[in-house]
Amino acid sequence: MVATWIIGIIVAVVILFVIYIYNSLIKLKVRVKNAWSQIDVQLKRRYDLIPNLVNAVKGYMKHEKTVLEEVTKARTSLMSGSKETQAEASNQITEALKSIFAVAENYPDLKASENFKQLQEELSGTESKIAYARQFYNDSVMAFNEAIQVFPKNMFAKMFGFKQEEFFGAEGKERENVEVKF
Amino acid sequence: MGIYEEIASNKRRSYLLIFAFLIFITFVGYVVGFFYGSGYFGIGLALVIGIIYFLISYYGGANAILAMTKAKEATKPKYTYLINTVEGLAIAAGLAKPPKVYVIEDSALNAFATGRDPEHSSITVTTGLLEKLTKLELEGVIAHEMSHIKNFDIRVMMLAAVMVGLTVLLSDFLLRSFLWGRGGRSRENNQMTAVFIIVGLALAILAPLVGEAIKLAISRKREYLADASGALLTRYPKGLADALKKIRSDPDPLVDHANKATAHLFISTPFRKSKKSFMKKLFSTHPPIDQRIKKLENM
Repeated sequence: MVATWIIGIIVAVVILFVIYIYNSLIKLKVRVKNAWSQIDVQLKRRYDLIPNLVNAVKGYMKHEKTVLEEVTKARTSLMSGSKETQAEASNQITEALKSIFAVAENYPDLKASENFKQLQEELSGTESKIAYARQFYNDSVMAFNEAIQVFPKNMFAKMFGFKQEEFFGAEGKERENVEVKF
Repeated sequence: MGIYEEIASNKRRSYLLIFAFLIFITFVGYVVGFFYGSGYFGIGLALVIGIIYFLISYYGGANAILAMTKAKEATKPKYTYLINTVEGLAIAAGLAKPPKVYVIEDSALNAFATGRDPEHSSITVTTGLLEKLTKLELEGVIAHEMSHIKNFDIRVMMLAAVMVGLTVLLSDFLLRSFLWGRGGRSRENNQMTAVFIIVGLALAILAPLVGEAIKLAISRKREYLADASGALLTRYPKGLADALKKIRSDPDPLVDHANKATAHLFISTPFRKSKKSFMKKLFSTHPPIDQRIKKLENM
């Protein structure tokens, strides 16, 4: 009688433990998913802004066709493919946009245009939002990947079929990692 | 302390504040009620008033604070830059919804965050801050405020603001009712009444002081923590350090729209600087700005 009780309690504890581990892993996985959709929202936003920019700039920059073509090309390759190719395309767009804004410095009329100014503000805002979304996503991926590799969670992670998540490209060069201690 | 322990501790602290507030109000109700004839009626009345006051301040406290500081909601396209910065850092902090953005028309350099939870929160900056800080510095300040929001500091600080405010009001009222009140008490009760008067007086004098001390302790430790977790968001502690340096050398702190009830909300103390004595340090709402800069630079 006592033995069955003990066995029953042990089984209950083990079941609760497994439920706890499963839930903690699922929470991390959901966070990764949400973080990804944040990146997606911002990429889409930039995707929608680029044609406006190209239209606003086209009239002024007759001699800089290649720059504009580069952006348009990178834009079409953005919304498909794996996370890796998307990250690459995203970086290309960032570079192409930088060169457009650099070239725009040579066109005072363009720079003075209210429409262009607003587009530039929106695009640079979106750029930094992409960078932040990527940072949050990569942090979330790191937390998740770590959780499914440490003992004893790794055993259950395998059992439930959790797989490592992909990082989204490299972090921006201008932002170096810092260690924060409390 | 990790962020999740910090959030849990802040929620605990909020409940504790509410609980202490209710006990205090019950006691005040009893003392005042007893003085006028019926202690239990006093408790009932005080609890009803206290709960109504709590509900109003919990749901409307943030708006009251915004109104008190004369903050106006920032709109596009005038403040696109600021709104984008706030939205970006909200993403970095993993908030489901970005806080609302407000500005105060003032040349001083200051900012604060308020609200009851991250879904109902706002960040306010002065126009002076927008003009004088670079992008990286502004990001540092906004990240600091975002950490206050994410850690639920804003809830504790808002509750502290409104409850300390009421405690001061109540003990004032209590003192007055003892000074001016006349009850129809019998002689046997006189001794009892004397005890109540002494306790009531002590409470009336101590309550605002204790409330003030709680507010300060909460605020000072919180600033360091928000500095650190803000740096984790921008990955660039130098941004906030530079911003604090500019704030330090700013000769014109925000005096026009800040008062004692809202001082602890701001990123740097909104009162005019004067010589730092020991008592000043004990009762200052913010840690010394030099120490904050040093900590950031050593990260």
